[in-house]
Amino acid sequence: MQFLSNLIGGVSLGSVYALIALGYTMVYGIARMLNFAHGDVIMVGAYVVFFAFCSGGMNPLLAILIAMAVCTLLGVTIERIAYRPLREAPSLAVLITAIGVSYLLQNGALLLWSANPRAFTSVVSIPPISLFGGRLTIPGNTLVNVVVCLVIMVGLWLFVNRTTPGHAMQAVSEDRGAAQLMGINVNATISLTFAIGSALAAVAGALLCSSYPMLQPTTGAMPGIKAFTAAVFGGIGSIPGALLGGILLGVIENLSKAYISTQISDAIVFLVLIVILLIKPTGLLGKKRVVKV
Amino acid sequence: MKKYLSLALAAAMAFSLAACGATGTSAPAGNAADSTPAASTPADAAPAEGGEAGAATGTLNVGGIGPLTGGVAVYGLATMQGAEIAVEEINALGGLQFELDFKDDTGVAETAVNAYNTLKDSADVIYGTTTTDPCINVAAETFNDRFFQLTPSASSTAVTEGRDNVFQMCFTDPNQGASAADYVKDNNLGESIGIIYNNADAYSTGLRDAFVARAAEIGLNVVEEQAFPDDNTPDFSAQLNALAAANVDLLFMPIYYTPAYNIVNQAQAQGFAPKYFGCDGMDGILDIEGMNPDLVEGLMLMTPFNASATDAATTSFVEKYQAAYDGLPNQFAADGYDAMWALYYAANAAGIDADNMSHEDICEALIATFTSGDFSVDGLTGSGMTWSAKGEISKDPVAVRIENGVYVTM
Amino acid sequence: MLQRIKTMRSSTRSNLVTYGIVLGFYAAVQLLNAAGLLSSAFIGQLVPICAYVMLAISLNLTVGFLGELSLGHAGFMSIGAFSGVSFWMATQGRIPAWLGVLCALVIGAVCAGIFGLLIGVPVLRLEGDYLAIVTLAFGQIIVNVINALYIGIDARGLHISLKDAASLNLAEDGKVIINGAMGITNIPKASTFTLGIVLVVLTLAVVLNLIHSRAGRAITAIRDNEIAAQSIGINLTKYKLMAFIISAVFAGVAGVLYALNFTSLVSRRFDYNTSITILMFVVLGGMGSIRGSIIAAAALTVLPELMRSFGMESYRMLIYAIVLIAMMLFNSAPAAIEWRKKTAQKLQGVWAAHKKPAGTGSGKGAA
Repeated sequence: MQFLSNLIGGVSLGSVYALIALGYTMVYGIARMLNFAHGDVIMVGAYVVFFAFCSGGMNPLLAILIAMAVCTLLGVTIERIAYRPLREAPSLAVLITAIGVSYLLQNGALLLWSANPRAFTSVVSIPPISLFGGRLTIPGNTLVNVVVCLVIMVGLWLFVNRTTPGHAMQAVSEDRGAAQLMGINVNATISLTFAIGSALAAVAGALLCSSYPMLQPTTGAMPGIKAFTAAVFGGIGSIPGALLGGILLGVIENLSKAYISTQISDAIVFLVLIVILLIKPTGLLGKKRVVKV
Repeated sequence: MKKYLSLALAAAMAFSLAACGATGTSAPAGNAADSTPAASTPADAAPAEGGEAGAATGTLNVGGIGPLTGGVAVYGLATMQGAEIAVEEINALGGLQFELDFKDDTGVAETAVNAYNTLKDSADVIYGTTTTDPCINVAAETFNDRFFQLTPSASSTAVTEGRDNVFQMCFTDPNQGASAADYVKDNNLGESIGIIYNNADAYSTGLRDAFVARAAEIGLNVVEEQAFPDDNTPDFSAQLNALAAANVDLLFMPIYYTPAYNIVNQAQAQGFAPKYFGCDGMDGILDIEGMNPDLVEGLMLMTPFNASATDAATTSFVEKYQAAYDGLPNQFAADGYDAMWALYYAANAAGIDADNMSHEDICEALIATFTSGDFSVDGLTGSGMTWSAKGEISKDPVAVRIENGVYVTM
Repeated sequence: MLQRIKTMRSSTRSNLVTYGIVLGFYAAVQLLNAAGLLSSAFIGQLVPICAYVMLAISLNLTVGFLGELSLGHAGFMSIGAFSGVSFWMATQGRIPAWLGVLCALVIGAVCAGIFGLLIGVPVLRLEGDYLAIVTLAFGQIIVNVINALYIGIDARGLHISLKDAASLNLAEDGKVIINGAMGITNIPKASTFTLGIVLVVLTLAVVLNLIHSRAGRAITAIRDNEIAAQSIGINLTKYKLMAFIISAVFAGVAGVLYALNFTSLVSRRFDYNTSITILMFVVLGGMGSIRGSIIAAAALTVLPELMRSFGMESYRMLIYAIVLIAMMLFNSAPAAIEWRKKTAQKLQGVWAAHKKPAGTGSGKGAA
């Protein structure tokens, strides 16, 4: 029973990682850049929901919609100002710029909203499910996280594979130059990718803080790194991979805490990650790129 | 604009209260002069000088160091803001003036040493740092350069060990961990005790070690220990499952209030409801904007400071703090406030001439005063606080229980 | 002499300039310090600057020359620092200080090198971002394990525990060297600016020689085209490992230098953020440019401290972030590079146009 309970805890944590990882993988898959500021966009999204819903008393869905709008605007602006000029530059240059953006968002939030932590009220009002006569509890948040994750994953997959803008994204991802020659507006496509990724960040922020209510300017940093790990774990660029990687990472983390050691749980998680990557060098569902000379 | 206006009002109020205090030094305790610590303490603080406040002159440059940005900014900002309130009051008294120059160390030792090096050309005394590891490094520097240093909140014994010039305003970790164990034992708070602590944090491991050592001595039954590696770790479900499986009925939490709130929230979601017992780092949990007081109902903690206390000194401080910074002060802010007043009283008792004395001379004079044995300070975090030659403070921890969203002294 | 400089290979000349910058910096600091013109704040940063310069140069070997992204450089720094300083603490008062420092540096280098090998062998088979994430994971493992590590020494020898200091069961005379989250405290400082510069020059000597050697050309060939390199018979594993291990060794040495400049050493100091900061030096300085790494490391270390003097303590890190983004855009954006070229040409044009009339003008005036 305790094992099941730990497993559920792991799925709950993993679903939050997966939500964030979906945004990472989306941007990476199309724009070929590691957007290290993604975790901090999540933090901004959570703050917007906090002010609209937790202290403003707005309808939670409306609050999340507003946060999605704000994050979309933020993401597209960041892309326009900080990333687009570096489109032809080496990919590491964009990575460092993304880190600069991450610092900027964290310190901006610190000045704007102060370092004092805020307690987030859960946007989920589903009661927990009690099984086996109360010996096993599944929190409502966990259920919502998993369902939202699945919905977003399927939605993204359909969007990328079944719509025209989605095909354009795939083309840009495959070969930017050729896509341009085919008449695809590369800049607009990448902007759209950032818009979607950032809107997802707002949802992830709301659900992250609903499960774990402490909201601070640094809230996005740690889950951001873990989600990045999860995205790579699942095979970066692969949408189902992000979901799988996120959930697995959460489960491994929780089980190693429960059965090995809480003091070195992070070390164990990362060790497992290294071992798996050595066995499957492109992640669980990643595609092997064939390099031609 | 509103902030400045209220700041000005607060300053004016401080001035009027303090003025009444300054003239009332010889008045017996318990009258109007008692309304701020400024009023009551010069008499107790400077007995050697015959109770005369204002023996010190000039402007004392206080170099402050603490995290204003980064992951632990919330604590550094509190120690700075609490100190700023006190400085305002002190300067309104006339006499010795304080000039607080507070530098950011981002919670990192290297940056703290840089901040100290920036300050040392102008400062007379060093106030800080807020967190332990930076403080150890700055303390080594101030010891060599002979600056008097008073930290509001770095509580490890490694901070003061072997350094005569470094003093603490907060409890030491061993002291607090041991008294927590004693308190639990004496009041029979739990049969099977669990501990959850941050094993990457010096403060948390220090308290945990002392608690465990003392528990073994006095026969407390510690049945389960769980750790977590980072205050930003959001998830504690595995730890809580293990604690619940061990039938823990009292959970000792030597951690800060931010992870603590996540823990109590998650415990409730999992249907695990032990009694909680925290230390001074837990203070502040009631001030979190948007928090749910039901989650912490019945939580016990040992704290030197209670923002909802009704004595005049606390209410005056809380009012001024709220007016200036929005939000209730926690024990970091209160320790900062007391640190400034302790410096002020000591400077007066030692007759510091801040404009003409070198920092070395100020350091020796303040060390002599702090360790003189008859120097004691009444403040927000304790009354009759004294310091040992090691630099450790002696004050009584107060255990409180949260009832209906306020602290109730146990 | 001048003739020799003119006829020497351009790479040798460029190397001399790099050494010149380092030694010139040393001389300038000594002169200015003797004249009392340096602030305490700047003097306090000299050793960290040397350590960061070493870290940037060594990471540049992996990132710039080998072309593999490493996000765990601080992990090697941490291993070097903890092993070297543990030795330094354990032998306090038993051997002369100079020997202690020397041994600490060597031990730090060797330990970091061993970990470089251990990590390198399996990991270098991975590519691109997967390699990056594995190095990041390695860095996090080091932080986490050392945080939970307790090491003590007494007459019976070394004691190690992953639980707490009490479980070390030390004898009365024993002392705890690494105390978990508290790390190592009360370290007698031993680093000096001179030692730092000596180590920087040593790093430069090794790295520059490697780059311009046969092995170095093999390494850059792997970066430029792995398959082509393999096809002409370059042993990929050997050269990749060589670059990776040398990089780790100097990170370890830099870790010892850094740690011996402070009173305490904690594991968290070497987390992912520190790795990122070092990477920032390399990228901003220009990948594959050793001189760029040196300048960027020094400049970016001093920058946040310089900003204190403008009286904007709470805005400091915000402005740092903006400056960082602006510098990246200015340095790397194709549009900015184009603009810089044009402006430089224009300025040259203006200068040339200005020179002529000015020359004749002054001539007239003289007449």
